[in-house]
Amino acid sequence: MLGWELPPHNSGGLGVACLQLCRALSKRNLDIKFVVPYATSMQTDFMHVISATPHSPHVLLGAYESAGYKDSGTDNVPQNIFQLEQQYLTSIESIAKGSSYDVIHSHDWLTFRAALRAKAILGKPFIAHVHSLESDRAGNKIGNTLVHEIEYMGLMNADHIVAVSGFTKDKIVADYGIPADKISVAHNSIDPTAIVPADPFNSYDYLEQMKLRGYKVVVNVGRLTVQKGLHNYLDACARVVNAQPKTLFLIVGSGELEHELIAKSAELGIGRNVLFAGFQRGKRWRDAFVIADLFVLPSLSEPFGLTPLEAIAYGTPSIVSKQSGVAEVFKNCLKVDNWDTEKMASSIVSMLRHQNLADEITLNALAEFETMNWDKTAEMLGKLYEHHASKVAA
Amino acid sequence: MKSIVLYLHVHQPFRVRNYSVFDINSTHNYFFADYQDRTSNERIIHKVAAKSYIPTNERLVKMLEEHPEFRLSLSITGTVLEQLQMWAPEALTSFQRLVATGRVEIVGETYHHSLAFLYDRDEFVQQVERHKAIVLELFGQTPTCFRNTELAYNNDLAYWADQAGYKAILAEGWDPILGWRSPNFVYQPSYTTNGIKLLMKNYKLSDDIAFRFGDRNWEQWPLTAEKFTHWLDNSGDGTNFNLFMDYETFGEHQWKESGIFDFLEHLPRHWLAKEGYDFKTVTQVAEATEAADNIDVPHIITWADTERDLSAWLGNRMQQEAIDALYSIKEQVIGSYDNELIEDWRRLQTSDHFYYMCTKWFNDGDIHAYFSPYENPYEAYIAFMNAWHDLRLRAEAV
Repeated sequence: MLGWELPPHNSGGLGVACLQLCRALSKRNLDIKFVVPYATSMQTDFMHVISATPHSPHVLLGAYESAGYKDSGTDNVPQNIFQLEQQYLTSIESIAKGSSYDVIHSHDWLTFRAALRAKAILGKPFIAHVHSLESDRAGNKIGNTLVHEIEYMGLMNADHIVAVSGFTKDKIVADYGIPADKISVAHNSIDPTAIVPADPFNSYDYLEQMKLRGYKVVVNVGRLTVQKGLHNYLDACARVVNAQPKTLFLIVGSGELEHELIAKSAELGIGRNVLFAGFQRGKRWRDAFVIADLFVLPSLSEPFGLTPLEAIAYGTPSIVSKQSGVAEVFKNCLKVDNWDTEKMASSIVSMLRHQNLADEITLNALAEFETMNWDKTAEMLGKLYEHHASKVAA
Repeated sequence: MKSIVLYLHVHQPFRVRNYSVFDINSTHNYFFADYQDRTSNERIIHKVAAKSYIPTNERLVKMLEEHPEFRLSLSITGTVLEQLQMWAPEALTSFQRLVATGRVEIVGETYHHSLAFLYDRDEFVQQVERHKAIVLELFGQTPTCFRNTELAYNNDLAYWADQAGYKAILAEGWDPILGWRSPNFVYQPSYTTNGIKLLMKNYKLSDDIAFRFGDRNWEQWPLTAEKFTHWLDNSGDGTNFNLFMDYETFGEHQWKESGIFDFLEHLPRHWLAKEGYDFKTVTQVAEATEAADNIDVPHIITWADTERDLSAWLGNRMQQEAIDALYSIKEQVIGSYDNELIEDWRRLQTSDHFYYMCTKWFNDGDIHAYFSPYENPYEAYIAFMNAWHDLRLRAEAV
């Protein structure tokens, strides 16, 4: 399996999804070798993790970041994402020759060229797993043309494609003209047993104090990039403040839009209601879900979107963008179009004003959450492996 | 008679440290960063005292001793005085030694270097009174000349100062206001009745020292005291040359290596050599000179930027949001009778906080055009607003 990140070196949901998916697959007696582009000593009891390069994960970029690398002084350290992708590709040759495999399962464009090389060497089928498309990351624009090309080449040459949602499957068809019957949907999920219990002492002490004073807290967690739809969200927030002045919005994350969003919150006159906590991990990241009265996922284009499921894991109901994969599988939440800021605002106000509505949704969503697991996805993938492995062998 | 009116402004704010969302309600420490941090007020005051205050005062004392006709005026904010008391008492003593010569006038202003005049007149008066008290306590003077923060000035301010009994007030000698007139005269503000005089900064001459002195690309570089006094000598009619600038010009904005200290020391020697030329403090020149004309300033002018308006402090929505938020909680804060709370609220009123949030130059990449301890204007805004959230909570809790 060719991947780009695993926790704790993940920049977003990709690493979490890969880890949980592999854990579920391993229960089906599959032997998984998982390749990452950085040096790691990580070992699990359900798969082997292999390093494709000797670089520390700290000098490398996350899968979706676009900033340049810092030069660490050695010649071999990649200076941009394409150089790292190239190094990953080169090292795949020796990894492929070193062992025997039945299926090459590759996650997102960064590993697609390596997967094609492996396929050429091994003569084994290549399954391309799409967690996010370049057009998602570019806010429905074409994005980086080189990435677009690599994505296109990978998807055209893959023996089969797996999309994390029907929403993403439709986009693959629309963006690249791939026949729909070459694409299966394998929804991401969440492993309730992997949730770290909430800490009784929340790090957002100020928000707790304000809640005692009748304030409600609405939270968003994610990278501050165009994909995440936060411009529309802030417009909706301004409408909410008009109707419900005692609302505070906590935004957790960092990204290229950070400055723009800070300035925009002031321009909208809601600088007193919006708090920016910056990038957080671990306890402070979990505590954001815990402190929230409501979680909002306003993405312009979200292939899946794990955060609403994490929110309900901590008892917080959600409003999610209809332009997301999670909206397809998560029933007990409110759903709005990302561009409909009026509807988004009125949904937020309704959830904050009507405790019985929020309680009802929370109760049902919690029950729904308890039934979630990766088993169905793993079963589907297991069958897919068998089908393609036998096909090529024949 | 021609006089040089040298007026230096001494100020340091209590910069807000990088106060995060997680600090709110867990610590009320907004102003005291770790010593190595860029926002450490203690570290900055140590640096400025060593590079500017102490060496400049040494020269000024020497000049006062050598030349009985040498005089100057100073304004020193309450926030810098407190920091000197806490962290650089030897610098404070050097200022006191200067004033003890009897030839240094202290100019009145707001204690907290605030823009309160524009937002809350009662609060403004409180801060002016508080400044008056600390000046009396530390220097034994009561100011008779007034300058508002950033030299923000209009007819209303002049009227207030006139009614309050001040003899002089300071403003920018901005061309659209002066028209064909010269800043080198004493004026009367429109609509005043008690005889207050208006002194307008000669920004060209002042900026020659404050901004251009060390610039080797300037065609007049190097500027000597001899050349400078020659310019004054040949500048036509006029009774007074108002050289107004930040005190930190000496040693901080213009480094010692630029020769700025020698320039300062030689200035009286060259100027006083000529019969009828002297130095006056701001009130002295106002009392000694008839007003040449009335000056009408209906809108606020300041001494900043090419616009000479408030846009460096209140030009963008972050700045407006921050200052509106601050004054919106006045009643709870003052009503708390909690002195620490009130003092923190007042320290946040210092104009520098809003200056750090200025984005005018940021987009041009010219972020070094002003001195800020923050990485960018957004960090300044976030730290300020987080402190505001904590302050509001404290005010409510009382």
